[in-house]
Amino acid sequence: MALLEVETLSKHFYEYPALDGLSIEVREGEILGIIGPNGSGKTTLFNCISGTLHPSSGRVRLKGDDITGMSANQVFHRGLARTFQLIQIFPGMTVLENMLMAVQERDGTMLGRLLTREPARVKARAHELLDYLGIDFLHENLASNLSYGQQKLLDFGMALMSKPDVILLDEPLAGVNPTMIQNLVGHIKDLNAKGNTFVVIEHNMEVVMSLCERIIVLSQGQQIAEGMPDEVADNPLVLDAYFGR
Amino acid sequence: MTREGLLVRRFVPLLVLCALLVLPLGLEQYKLFVGSLVLVYVIAAIGLNLTLGYAGQISLAHAAFLAFGAYSVAILQPHGIPFELCLLIGAAISFVFGLLIGFPALRVKHHYLAMVTIGFTIIVFLCLRNFPAVTGGSFGIPGIERPDWGVVSFESDRAYYIYTLLWAVPALASAYWIKNSRWGRAFKSIRENEMRAEALGVSLRNYKLMAFAIGAAYAGVAGALFAPLLGYIDPPAFYIERSIQFLLIVVIGGLGRFEGPIIGSIVVVVLPEILRASQGLYLIIFALSIMLMMLFMPKGLIGLWDLFIERFAMPRDASRAHRAAE
Repeated sequence: MALLEVETLSKHFYEYPALDGLSIEVREGEILGIIGPNGSGKTTLFNCISGTLHPSSGRVRLKGDDITGMSANQVFHRGLARTFQLIQIFPGMTVLENMLMAVQERDGTMLGRLLTREPARVKARAHELLDYLGIDFLHENLASNLSYGQQKLLDFGMALMSKPDVILLDEPLAGVNPTMIQNLVGHIKDLNAKGNTFVVIEHNMEVVMSLCERIIVLSQGQQIAEGMPDEVADNPLVLDAYFGR
Repeated sequence: MTREGLLVRRFVPLLVLCALLVLPLGLEQYKLFVGSLVLVYVIAAIGLNLTLGYAGQISLAHAAFLAFGAYSVAILQPHGIPFELCLLIGAAISFVFGLLIGFPALRVKHHYLAMVTIGFTIIVFLCLRNFPAVTGGSFGIPGIERPDWGVVSFESDRAYYIYTLLWAVPALASAYWIKNSRWGRAFKSIRENEMRAEALGVSLRNYKLMAFAIGAAYAGVAGALFAPLLGYIDPPAFYIERSIQFLLIVVIGGLGRFEGPIIGSIVVVVLPEILRASQGLYLIIFALSIMLMMLFMPKGLIGLWDLFIERFAMPRDASRAHRAAE
């Protein structure tokens, strides 16, 4: 059984089909790459999976459970975390607070979160992760004071905090300098080796090819190709979609 | 920031404010009345600071929540119900209406939400005015008595100041607890980035409703203390102007800062009293000083304190790093 299944998913904005009967499967422990030209429906796919948008039709299943049409916070509680195309952090909170915020809703009751203190191990884990990403020395700073690359790392770290079953990364490397790209790619590979499952939207082909074992190519809301990186790269349909006929 | 810097930054304002709270006890009648009014405003503003300052949900319905508390006392007390019970009933009514007014906040934001909450204030005002059998209508309700425990009476201004202080302290303490709890963090996350908050499992519905309801409950408590302080209440006391006054308080004090409501209340209540010496001009001077404060201290008066700490009390290099990073 696939960890995450998307079945004939469609999303229409008025008449325009952003996703048109798309079906994909995410297997446990893989890094699945999603590529495609601008407007091909990649981000809409993420939004429909994660509950940010409600799909017009079709089903989404996580670990066999139907999560179609659930709100984003419910999907999170089922064990799916994501990042967004543009950095989405809490700028007016410290780096540490950002990390703690990323996991505090995962367990326990709402009342418990008012009446009791946060367990110490949560803070320890936040520091551990920040340290792993190399930004723990900034933990007291406001997130807005971080550089772009550091914010990108924080954004990524926040998605990891709750130990989700699947992590959707929407252009994690866009606008990041080459050194930092190596750094982030290293982290993703390393975490994958430890058993984390990723779905990555990325425009940087070189990175996608080196990062992913399997790639799905979207064009106009449909899947036009799927396979190993080099298979996809040579596929004439893919070349058409990107460069026109 | 160094540990000492953090201590100075956090605790000096608190100590100063605690001293300010006790200070009026040495004053005379009218000044004690003003002091009690400040406390009442502090309690109400704590509530608005929670809704607006932390959770980022604009509310101009705060005068209406104040009215629920005030009218609960004014209506129920003559039936022999103890003052404290009336107060709790008022707070509960405010809480429930706070929940209800929270629902529109799930759909609309910013100035649209401001409109919705203004509408609510107007409706409450009209209800108070047009049901004279219960609320006394335009004439209001006179002769509201201050609490009396038999052995101790809080009739005098000094005693009533102490009594309001008895409520203000737990109000401040509970607000401090909420601010530092995971709820406080969740409220802030909604203010900072609603979309990411939801993607991280924050139930926007639950937290927004709670931000409104708890904020309203503080106003309910304040309203209950407000009624016997004046001894007389009528609908215009709970109109939009009052809501705007609370907005002014939390913005001047410092939005989303614990000390904000205290500083703001002192400024908004005490400054006009001092300016009264200038006779006819005092409202103009008051308005001008508010405009200047907003121009030069957009983060409120507590922002001024932050600046002071950054310039003088923090080690040079730390302060420079802080500014460079901005």
